[in-house]
Amino acid sequence: MPGTFIPSNYLPIIIICIFATIIGLSPLLIGSLLRPRRSYRQKLLPYESGNEPIGEPRYKFSVKFYIVAMLFVVFDVEAVFLYPWAVAYDKLGIFGFVEMMMFIFILLIGYIYAWEKGALDWE
Amino acid sequence: MDTAILIFKIVMVVSVVLLHVAYVVYFERKVIGHMQARLGPMRVGWHGLLQPIADFIKLFFKEDIIPFSADKPIFFIAPVIGVIAALGSFAVIPLWDGFIIADINIGILFILALSSVGAYSIILAGWASNSKYSFLGGLRSSAQVISYEIAMGLSIVGVIMQSGSASLSDIVNAQADGPFIFTQFIGFFVFLMSALAETNRVPFDMPEAETELVAGYATEYSGMRFGLFFMAEYAGMFVMSSLAAICFFGGWRGPDFWIFSHVPGIFWFLLKVYAVIFFYFWIRATLPRYRYDQLMSLGWKLFIPLALANIVITALWKLL
Repeated sequence: MPGTFIPSNYLPIIIICIFATIIGLSPLLIGSLLRPRRSYRQKLLPYESGNEPIGEPRYKFSVKFYIVAMLFVVFDVEAVFLYPWAVAYDKLGIFGFVEMMMFIFILLIGYIYAWEKGALDWE
Repeated sequence: MDTAILIFKIVMVVSVVLLHVAYVVYFERKVIGHMQARLGPMRVGWHGLLQPIADFIKLFFKEDIIPFSADKPIFFIAPVIGVIAALGSFAVIPLWDGFIIADINIGILFILALSSVGAYSIILAGWASNSKYSFLGGLRSSAQVISYEIAMGLSIVGVIMQSGSASLSDIVNAQADGPFIFTQFIGFFVFLMSALAETNRVPFDMPEAETELVAGYATEYSGMRFGLFFMAEYAGMFVMSSLAAICFFGGWRGPDFWIFSHVPGIFWFLLKVYAVIFFYFWIRATLPRYRYDQLMSLGWKLFIPLALANIVITALWKLL
C-alpha cells in the first residue's frame, strides 16, 4: 500500500519503552503493599524548613528563564540542521563547507547580538 | 521467534543496567570514601557488598508521603518519565560487535532526544510538588539542562563528520584506525563537561544543591518515588558514559595485538565506561559546586563557541 511505512527498526524501542514503564511502575505497586500509611496534616504539608508554608509556592520568577528558553529554541534548531550536514559532509565537498560556514556565520551574528544585549548574563 | 530473542535481549540489558545502577552507587560511596580517607560502607556483607540490596529493601518499606497541595497525576508520572527516558536510551547502544537492540541510523539523535525527555521529568516534578524549593529546583534544572544540551549536541557533530554516520555502530566501526579522542579532543572536553551538567553531577549539581535548595525538584518525593529519580539519574550517567566511550574511545574496540585481540569486546566497552564513571566520581570528590550564574555563562559563553569552533576546525581539516 503506498504511503504506509512501518519502521521495523523502531519496534524494539517501543518494546523497551513499555518494559521501562513496567520497571518504573512495579516498585511503586509492590511498595504500596508493603509500606505503612500513617499520615496526618503536618506530615502532608509542603516542606518549608518546618514552618507552615507562607504564600503561593509558584510565585514570579526571573525573566532570564524565558530568555534561555528562547535562545535554546534557536540554537537547538541550529544543532539539528548541523546533523544531516555532518553525515553527508564527505559527499558535499567544498560547496557544503561554504554553505555551512555562511549558516554558522549568520548564527554567530545573532549570538554576538544576544551576548552584547546581555541575554547570556545572569545578574 | 525473532520477537522472543528480542525480548530476551531487552530483559537482559535492562536487568544488567539495574544491577549496574545498584552497584555504581556502592562504587561511588567506596571511591569517594577512600578519596576522603574513609572506608565507605563496611557493615552489610563483606566490605559492604550487600549495601545496595539493603538500601533497596529499605526503600520498599518507606512510607509514601504525597503533599496535599501536590498536583497528583503529574506528581505520579514525573519519576516514571525519568526512568523511561533513561532506560529507553539503551536500545541504541551497541554493547559489543553486533549486539544492539535497535540498530537505527540516528542513534545519537535518539539518545539526545530522550535526554530532553528526561528534562521533562525534572521540570514536571518541580512544578507538581507545589513547594517553593521544588519549584526553584525544577526551574533551575530545566534551564541548565537545555543550555548544556546545545553544547553537547554541537560537540558530537565533529564525531559524526569524521565517521559519516549518526549510527553508534558505524561510529565505532569508523574508529578502527584509532579512537576519535586524538582528533576530537575539544569536542571530547565539551562533551564530558556537558554530560556532567546534563546528568546533574557535581560540580554542576545545581538542581539539588542541598545547601540552598534542600533537594531541589526531589524535595517532596519520598520512599520508592525518590528511588526512581535516583535510578533514572544513575542510568542516565551510564548512558552518557557509554556515549563518551563509543564516540571518543572506540566503544568495544580494544588494542589489536598479542593476547589483547582475543579479549571480548564487552570487556573493553565496560572498561571504558567505568573509566568515565570513575572520572565523574573523582570530580565529585575534588571540586566544589559552581554558582548558578557562573554555570550558565560557562555553558553559553565558553562551551557553545568552543563546540562551534571544533566543528569549523574539523570541517577545514577534512577538506584539506
